[in-house]
Amino acid sequence: MKRRDGEEIVTGSAQFLDDLKFRNLLSGKVLRSPHAHARIKSIDKSKAEALPGVKAVVTWQDIPDWRGGTPRNVRVLDKKVRYVGDAVALVAAESDRIAEEAMRMIEVEYEVLPAVFDMDAALKSDAPLLYENLTSNILPGGTPIYGPKCLKGIVHGDIEKAFDEADVVCEGTAGFENIPNALPPEPPGAIAIWEPPDKATLYGTSQAPYMDKVSLYHVFNRELDIRCIGHHVGGSFGTKIMCWQVQAYAIILARATGCPVKVMFSKEEHMTSFTLRVGSRIQAKIGLKKDGTITGIQGTWFVDSGYYSFTTQCQVAVGLAEFMLFAQCPHWDLKTNVVATNRNASGATRGFGGQELNSSFMPILSLGMEKAGLDPLEVIKKNFVKPGGGYFWRNGEWYDYRGIDFSKTMDRGAERFGWKNKWKGWLQPASVNGRLRRGVGVGIHGNADIGEDTAEAYVQLGFQGRATIFLCAVEHGTGQKTNYTRLAAEVLGIPPERVTMTPADTLVTPFEFGPVGSRGTYAIGSAVIRAAEDARRQLLEMAATRLGVPPEDLDTENGVVFVRNHPEKKVRWSAMGIDRTILGYGRFEEDFTMCNCFMSFVEIEADTETGKTRLVRVVNATDIGQIIDPPGLENQMNACWGSAGIDGALMEETILDRTTGNILNANLVDYCWRPFSEIPEVENVVLETPFPSTRFHAVGIAEITNAPGPAAVLMAASNAIGRWLFQYPVTPDRLLKALENKGKRE
Amino acid sequence: MAATNRIRLIVNNRTYELYRGTGPGQVSPSDTLAFTLRETLGLTGTKISCAQGACGACTVIIDRKAVLSCGILTVECDGKEITTIEGLRDPKTGGLDPLQQAFIDHNAFQCGYCTPGMIMTSRALLDENPHPSEEEIKEALSGNFCRCVSHYHVLKAVKSVAEERG
Ligand code: FES
Ligand code: FES
Repeated sequence: MKRRDGEEIVTGSAQFLDDLKFRNLLSGKVLRSPHAHARIKSIDKSKAEALPGVKAVVTWQDIPDWRGGTPRNVRVLDKKVRYVGDAVALVAAESDRIAEEAMRMIEVEYEVLPAVFDMDAALKSDAPLLYENLTSNILPGGTPIYGPKCLKGIVHGDIEKAFDEADVVCEGTAGFENIPNALPPEPPGAIAIWEPPDKATLYGTSQAPYMDKVSLYHVFNRELDIRCIGHHVGGSFGTKIMCWQVQAYAIILARATGCPVKVMFSKEEHMTSFTLRVGSRIQAKIGLKKDGTITGIQGTWFVDSGYYSFTTQCQVAVGLAEFMLFAQCPHWDLKTNVVATNRNASGATRGFGGQELNSSFMPILSLGMEKAGLDPLEVIKKNFVKPGGGYFWRNGEWYDYRGIDFSKTMDRGAERFGWKNKWKGWLQPASVNGRLRRGVGVGIHGNADIGEDTAEAYVQLGFQGRATIFLCAVEHGTGQKTNYTRLAAEVLGIPPERVTMTPADTLVTPFEFGPVGSRGTYAIGSAVIRAAEDARRQLLEMAATRLGVPPEDLDTENGVVFVRNHPEKKVRWSAMGIDRTILGYGRFEEDFTMCNCFMSFVEIEADTETGKTRLVRVVNATDIGQIIDPPGLENQMNACWGSAGIDGALMEETILDRTTGNILNANLVDYCWRPFSEIPEVENVVLETPFPSTRFHAVGIAEITNAPGPAAVLMAASNAIGRWLFQYPVTPDRLLKALENKGKRE
Repeated sequence: MAATNRIRLIVNNRTYELYRGTGPGQVSPSDTLAFTLRETLGLTGTKISCAQGACGACTVIIDRKAVLSCGILTVECDGKEITTIEGLRDPKTGGLDPLQQAFIDHNAFQCGYCTPGMIMTSRALLDENPHPSEEEIKEALSGNFCRCVSHYHVLKAVKSVAEERG
């Protein structure tokens, strides 16, 4: 199974945004705020405008009240700045150098305001407000995208009963607030071309060009018609599903200059001013039975969204829903708060709320499991969704689960890892070798977003026995574009080389939401399959009249339609004539009745003298129905530690100075990442129990291969050193400090 | 050496004479090699990610050594022979370099943004040490940031070429 874009990638001819060439392309740059919270008293841009080569300088005073966010209260350029790095002015010039020089010539006078750098400060009754139109720094819950019943909390059963029924009750507060950055190698950017009076063409780094068109339509007050074109994306990990700010900057500058403008973030801007992972903290009380059943969960989940939210309420809804897959307990009383703080905004990242919630909750549940003397593997098996189960999903609707039972996956993963032998009980190391102590941990994650949102595709058949897929999909690393051509080829009975795909271009293709939530295989795949089936149906109907038999008796193979029982009676696809094409249409409607499941077993070695930890081995286990792309799947599963997965618990964090709001490690030297020489052993166990999904019975998995790891790491490290660790990441400092607290809990 | 008003770069066996200066198509004293390759010569196969010498995306080969092109000034490369990802094909047959083929065969990439850098670093390694051990490969690639975690497949690809030649 080879990638169709393989040759382009290995020869450097694959085109990413920054590789595209345009005549008269201007460089767009963003002047950013040095203050975390300030009112702009005045901006003098006259000197910058006078600099030769400068084509436009745009401030909040020059543009209409264009806004994004949930709620829609974030102006593209505002008279107030809300984090260190907030956009103050946009510059377009003939070169990067001139644009940078012009930025230095813009004089801005600020009135500095008090700021809040964490949720505690933001939630104080006298806290300075980020948005004057709100009464506190708690952002309104819910999002219109998920409908009027959007999940904002889980209230179900009778929570008091849960604690009566429980053998053990545990309580605590824990968080995942270190903001590990998924950090794709290619920074976000956009190129815009303006076409008066109200049209723009946009080339971006986004993985979802059609959704860009939709979000920008609203940002620009539903006044612009924007055509979005996609190409190779240099990694996303969920982050580039939404690039509205950089895209808006490019459009505004193109409109101001009449020339194409490119705004490409530097790596520093990428790490300080492009959306980050949410901060998560949960205060929870949990009831647990001796047999491992979770009887109820009560508490509040606080989510730090930074200076605004666009997708955070979505992440809250999905995170809660995923939590219900993890804990099928009868009684719930879980509230949520989305909090605004004066740091860069949070946005979409793989794990999408669920990973953060799971990572925050597991350490508290661990206390209960220890009290009840329970093996975490048994608790996971007991509580994860099974046939007969059900849950609320993001839209607040209840879904009866119709997916498969993952118990076998869990057993097979445990066997491969050797869990039975390595698990010695809570706070017990698996082995000790002098100062080196090893511990094991396990985590699980599931997501019913494999069937999220709608997808549409066309499949066109041509007389030469070829097919074209019209789909708004870009290649961002999963290899799905190659896979779609194979799915369509299989339906149409032609070799995959005879199937091509249009570029992702909203002028050409129908709606597609974008590759997120592992929806690529089931949701997008279904649209492609259905479009191919529809085209095939029309083809057979056409041939039926030629061959004088009912279409049900026909089949097609290799560009020839034949009578199934009399293969000698046949017509070629060319019989449709060179003056005709057949166009099939496929649509997928969202379906939340099934989920995927991913487990990570980890072994950590802790050096009790230096405090250093080493990820020794990971065994991942999943069941995905049918393997469509074996090496692609392996790559995705190996990625359990990358893009801020497991390593988000071991070393990765965005270091925010909580007194000034500056990010202190916004570059690849100071941001800790795992070098090639330190890659751990990873083994993957994959089962293939047919899912009731598509005709290929497969589902996707990529998004969540990061999700269970962090909680498993904290568990393993705690077991290794015999002390509870509650904070991410497990730095040498934290480990040594925990070791000092002999007899005490961290 | 006395500064002339021109800089000579031999890139992928082709000689480019570029004027020093700040105009379009010229080489300014602050231009990095990565910038010149991509923006002045249009060789965009070389990628820029960190622009700070920390990620390996911009790796090219100069005088048989892997060099980070974002960390070297073009004026320092006067007279040098430079190979970029575009120059790896066999000049006679136009066929892919065995490493490029191995990266395809082993699916040694996902998004592919780090791939030109990975291949160039590996190429320089194999040129110097045709039979590296697994540890030597990992060590050589230590500065190459791959966020998609294609490491395991990259390792297989590089090993396969190293072994084939044995
Ligand atoms: S771009 Fe040169 S090392 Fe990162
Ligand atoms: S393949 Fe995406 S960064 Fe390496």
